[in-house]
Amino acid sequence: MIATAGNNGEKDRSDCLVTLELVQSGGIQIEVMSKVNALYGEDIRLLCKSILDFFSIEHAVLEISDKGALPFVIAARVEAAIKQLKQTDEQYLLEMLPENLYHTVADQPRTTRLYLPGNTPSLMINAGIHKPEGVILDLEDAVAFHKKGEARLLVRNALRNLSFMGVERMVRINQMPAGLEDLDYVIPHHVNLVLVPKCESAAQIHSVNERIALIQNKTGTPGPVWLMPIIESARGVLKSLEIAEAAENVIAMAIGLEDYTADMGVNRTNEGVESLFARVQVVHACKAAGIQAIDSVFSDVGDMIALKANVQASKALGFEGMGCIHPRQVSVIRENFAPTEVEIDAAKKIVDAFKIASEKGLGVVSLGTKMIDAPVVKRAMRTIDLAVALGRLEKNWSDKELE
Amino acid sequence: MKGKDVTVVNAIGRSVPTLVNGKSEIPYKGIGKHRPNGRKFGPIISSCADFPADGNKLVPTLKQALINAGLKDGMTISTHHHFRNGDLIAIQIFNIAAEMGVKNLIWFPSASFDCHAPLIKHLEDGTIHHIEGSMNGQLGRFTTAGKMKGVGVLRSHGGRYQAVQDGEVEIDIAVIAAPSADSFGNANGVDGPAACGLLGFALADSQYANKVIVVTDNLVPFPCVPWHIQGNYVDHVVQVDQVGIPEKIVSGTTAITKSPDRLFLAELTSKFCDQAGIIRDGFSFQAGAGGTALSIGIYFAEMLKAKGMKARFARGGSNKFLVEMLEDGLVEYILDGQTFDLEGVKSMRNNPNHVNTSPFTSYNYHGKGNFAQLLDVVILGATEVDVNFNANVVTHSDGALLHGIGGWQNCLFAKCTILPIPLFRDRIPVVREEVTTVCGPGELIDVIVTERGIAINPLRTDLLDKVKDSDLPIRTIHELKEEAERICGTPQKQVFDDEIVAVVKWVDGTILDSIRKLRN
Repeated sequence: MIATAGNNGEKDRSDCLVTLELVQSGGIQIEVMSKVNALYGEDIRLLCKSILDFFSIEHAVLEISDKGALPFVIAARVEAAIKQLKQTDEQYLLEMLPENLYHTVADQPRTTRLYLPGNTPSLMINAGIHKPEGVILDLEDAVAFHKKGEARLLVRNALRNLSFMGVERMVRINQMPAGLEDLDYVIPHHVNLVLVPKCESAAQIHSVNERIALIQNKTGTPGPVWLMPIIESARGVLKSLEIAEAAENVIAMAIGLEDYTADMGVNRTNEGVESLFARVQVVHACKAAGIQAIDSVFSDVGDMIALKANVQASKALGFEGMGCIHPRQVSVIRENFAPTEVEIDAAKKIVDAFKIASEKGLGVVSLGTKMIDAPVVKRAMRTIDLAVALGRLEKNWSDKELE
Repeated sequence: MKGKDVTVVNAIGRSVPTLVNGKSEIPYKGIGKHRPNGRKFGPIISSCADFPADGNKLVPTLKQALINAGLKDGMTISTHHHFRNGDLIAIQIFNIAAEMGVKNLIWFPSASFDCHAPLIKHLEDGTIHHIEGSMNGQLGRFTTAGKMKGVGVLRSHGGRYQAVQDGEVEIDIAVIAAPSADSFGNANGVDGPAACGLLGFALADSQYANKVIVVTDNLVPFPCVPWHIQGNYVDHVVQVDQVGIPEKIVSGTTAITKSPDRLFLAELTSKFCDQAGIIRDGFSFQAGAGGTALSIGIYFAEMLKAKGMKARFARGGSNKFLVEMLEDGLVEYILDGQTFDLEGVKSMRNNPNHVNTSPFTSYNYHGKGNFAQLLDVVILGATEVDVNFNANVVTHSDGALLHGIGGWQNCLFAKCTILPIPLFRDRIPVVREEVTTVCGPGELIDVIVTERGIAINPLRTDLLDKVKDSDLPIRTIHELKEEAERICGTPQKQVFDDEIVAVVKWVDGTILDSIRKLRN
């Protein structure tokens, strides 16, 4: 039996194809064909050897055809090949980078989240430089069915060994129940948030949380893991409040319109009339539950003008973020969700008035001749917080203005 | 000489030969340290009595012209890269030479391209002894495999002019492929079916070569105006069916990048230029031909428009984006060294502010100044940079020679030299402890922009000062190198053969570095 894992197609970069045959005798034979052979040939051989040793393989023929894969990729590919031939629960874990050990908080902005196909290393490596609020390592739709197994190992290794430069690290698992198994490969490796696709009930959220608790106990890896269910069906839309309120760690909910429109048997349009009910319903469920409402991705990566219109419409409905499927979408989405100059100026005046009233011990906030209600103050504060978080306003804006 | 070179360590710490192809050479001494004495090379005196009284210098074939020019063993034959990858003439010259049994020629191109790979057979059959100019792609691999008879010599565009002017290289026969010419030998690059823009790279050859042949597929009655090449220098004119393939002057490197990572680099570089105060009314710039550099030009245009400013001049390689800036009034002059696309050619033909230049005006170091040094900022590429800011453009980290120098070395004299480069390419670290080949001394390289931080040369305290309060990700070059190695691993030490297969000349003709044969 010969196993293969990885990719070395003409367009593949930063990846490798590993071919492994377990044999009866002859020891370990490793053949490396690599564009970086002159620089890292020996390094690659040593890594392969140590993984084979780890899995107690004594006789094997391993060929690696490499297009500049980083060590975390090579390790995932070799392990994936081994696991096709050998039943084992052992995992070859690379060093956990200290800079990946950060937690995120429930209500931080999630305006832009960049989708990264879970089996395509070249798109992961520089994802952090584009500074989205989060990256989504996608095990679901972006990975071909027969590549699911190796993608899990690659995503696991990326969570441990690849720096995403401080952005929130998210994983989209597969649809229930297969998605539960994906959790074994991500929860112990400091994932910040899990996206639960095609969510249709609170029970699904509960089963995800049970599995997470089980893994955390077993591996001793506590820490908040936030959930973001994705609503992608008529049933999901109708159950959205139940899902949004299913657990404390559900801190945002997204809508996925490709699957939703397919489920409804309607065409998806740029104007989005066909999904208006679903979007409004999801936003309402989120607001009722006090969590973030996240809109579907916009799939034409070449059309920034249509994307801008789409974001503005989304913001008007009450959404607070959108998935990105290309790094160039990040800035357009952020800019158009961010509070405008006019919104920021109005909010600053309200917050200042509120501060003055509090300092003077006044119960009533007024701006000029207008009375300001508490919810207006609250909204203004949210606008200010978001403006600061998205870099539109300096953190110490109010001190600066007093100077 | 190959295989038993006598070497010395030059001023930048590299071991270089004292003898190359039998001629003694001067090791690099430092920037501006080598000051040659004496006079320039003197071409042979010609007399009108030896040329047709009616000025008609047409000969029926290229072969006849080469025979008339006295083609024989050991000569230096020059050609030019105005058609970039669409050149049809260089191959024909050496096919004719091989057919005539001529041996040991030195090919002296202004640059080589993939289309020249067929010359490998003439390097193998002894027609060509070695190449002085550039050895790209397959020619480079052939060279680093140690298969070329002589030692390759790499020069910049300015260095080529300097070498010819100073008599370091004596051209026996220059063959100038021209899109348009008359029978007297006047020629230009802007007219005719193969219009390529200008013919600046052939200027030195026309002035100094012993024999000059103009080859064209668009013969016009005298006078051919404008005369980029003056017929008074020309011995023979040949008419052929096709002189070059104009579509191929647009090579892959002249398209705008769609890569989000490169666009990110371009955006960060233009942000740096803005915050460092480089972009101001009346400034000047040059961006190279690579995808990232082209995008930077576009960001510059956006900034200028937003600020209501304009640049006084931009140096080409021109392309449609630079032409648009000229037409939109964002730049007043294009001083062009070569045209990368047909929009550039058209603009050069029609717009008096789109001016053709040559390696003499732009780049020559042995002149009384040049244009490149006047630039406020130049954006260049590199295959590697090291912790001393030395940079490499000709070899890859595995030691393979794959690119020429072009105008890169000459541009380093601009007031600010910026190299936007990825910190690593796939698994190849770009910021390294030591470059494989030094093509540019670090003291002339001011800023390295990578996606993971910007390093400013410590010599440029003025730049460091200007951006110290900005939100730019300023790091040290050592930090960048360490980060590259943390991600890719520490590269193993390269082992090369002792044999020197090529040398890199500095702009003053001294030897900056040597390229050695690859093992295996």
